[in-house]
Amino acid sequence: MSMPFYVAPEQVMKDRADYARKGIARGRSLVGLRFADGILVCAENPSNTLRKISEIYDRIAFAGVGRYNEFDQLRIAGVRHADLKGYSFSREDVDARGLANSYAGILGQIFTHEMKPLEVEILVAEVGVEPAGDQLFHLLYDGTVLDEHDFSVLGGDAEAISERMSAAFADGLDLGRALATAVAALSGPDRTLSAAELEVALLERGSGRRFRRLDDATVAQLLGPDAAGEDDGGEPVAAVSGGDVAAGRGVAGATARTQPGDEPAPAPDGGAGDEPSDEPSDGAGDDAVPDDDAD
Amino acid sequence: MARRPGGRQRWGAPVASAAVTLPMFDPGDDPGPDFAELLRRQGLAPQAPPGSLGDALRIPHGTTVVAVRYADGVLMAGDRRATSGNFISHRSIEKVFPAGRHSGVAIAGAAGPAVEMVKLFQLQLEHYEKVEGAHLSLEGKANQLSQMVRANLPAAMQGLAVVPIFAGYDLRRRVGRLFQYDVTGGRYEEQDYAVSGSGSMHAGTVVKLGFREALRREQVVDLTLEALWQAAEEDSATGGPDLLRGIWPVVVTITEAGYERVVDAELAERFEVLLERMRATRSAVGLGGAPAGADHPAGPGGDAP
Repeated sequence: MSMPFYVAPEQVMKDRADYARKGIARGRSLVGLRFADGILVCAENPSNTLRKISEIYDRIAFAGVGRYNEFDQLRIAGVRHADLKGYSFSREDVDARGLANSYAGILGQIFTHEMKPLEVEILVAEVGVEPAGDQLFHLLYDGTVLDEHDFSVLGGDAEAISERMSAAFADGLDLGRALATAVAALSGPDRTLSAAELEVALLERGSGRRFRRLDDATVAQLLGPDAAGEDDGGEPVAAVSGGDVAAGRGVAGATARTQPGDEPAPAPDGGAGDEPSDEPSDGAGDDAVPDDDAD
Repeated sequence: MARRPGGRQRWGAPVASAAVTLPMFDPGDDPGPDFAELLRRQGLAPQAPPGSLGDALRIPHGTTVVAVRYADGVLMAGDRRATSGNFISHRSIEKVFPAGRHSGVAIAGAAGPAVEMVKLFQLQLEHYEKVEGAHLSLEGKANQLSQMVRANLPAAMQGLAVVPIFAGYDLRRRVGRLFQYDVTGGRYEEQDYAVSGSGSMHAGTVVKLGFREALRREQVVDLTLEALWQAAEEDSATGGPDLLRGIWPVVVTITEAGYERVVDAELAERFEVLLERMRATRSAVGLGGAPAGADHPAGPGGDAP
């Protein structure tokens, strides 16, 4: 019987955006970039089973940050979209642009019409037959599509990582250098990430199904001896319960072990709310922007 | 299944009605990794014909396929002919296909539905792998195919039967395994060899007589080529090697290393050897004349044509 309070639409949208950004900022980031033989996607993810990066179709990969169950639903929908399209038409007709537009549609729909926006950012990458055909579509929680050229950074700490990426990125890097660039940008100057804390996958130029994961051993080898040494330092932290947010906490712990020095504690990330599953807003009334993952 | 085209849609409600949208479902209504079910939901599943096709429409049929277990895994092979009634409709169709990295499927029966079934089966395996992030076990694949054959039963009743063979290398047990089917989707695991199609009786007999435990790769290829040759001799719907056009059977091996097709050059060579051996046998038993080295001059060749 009670009349709902009037809330200005601007305020509603702002609140939703803040809410989504806050959820996304809690997780760990990922980087997708072009390299000499295709596209490399590298994510900070200590779990070996809950994937952030996956295959959609022959030349298309998907990567998501934020709330695991939400981007995983989007991933499965994307696989269905691609497989149905390939079945109805032909395998060549499945492209990243169409998929990105469909994602944009549903993200926008949910952002405006639902109580709760999706706390995710996703990357849809397609490797072209020629390097000029490589595509990186970066989608935000509200359905905004960014068509990015050389690299794409998703997640809480995106601004700082983007700066490091644009300083280090060059055209035609080989696989090892591209991976080193991505890892350096993800970790920043104060940390090192070991192979066990990374999830790496490639889309290599060629025909057929081009998606390939790199296992920890390969990643360690590509990163060189300095990174490989730490492999056994921290046992892999497989945080299963709350998905990505929980996984983020695992990384924080591992980081503390691998680096002796200066940074007081990865506490802001680790301490933020133990139960990520349903009320992510319990982070003690802090404001929107990614301050809880600050470097 | 409440579909809401247009208008306000809830998160999770199915939003797709055409193939090119983004299909999402309520958690309780989700088809999971089942691609065939997804197709049904989207209205894209293949339909059985409404009535019997009879003789008026002559549908191409594929014929003889064989699978044999050997030392390293399994070998699958099929001839290249499709027939419509008494006509040869295709000389070079393929009846053996990969199904994932460590298994293959070979088809006999109505060519159109059979090829469609293989396409769906391959997609189903790929779809499962991508959605679940894991490969199906060999047993799981065999059961999937069984369900697809069963789903085809209404079409089979109208004259579009498809009877596949499924074989693969079981990575858990480290052996080659073979599965034979009937039109109702019945699935029977065979130990040594499996055959299907109109020439299967003759091909099967040759394989049966020549089968031994742990055959080597060359031996099993030779045995299979002879089986297909004998089937082609006795069954008009089975094609032999086409020397004029250079069309050879499809022969693949599936081992721990995966699915691999035997190249045509090797098949041509082995056929040459096979034919040479048969010529020698014929001239020995056939037209009298007792050529050098003939061991049994008093063979059944007395009444040669």
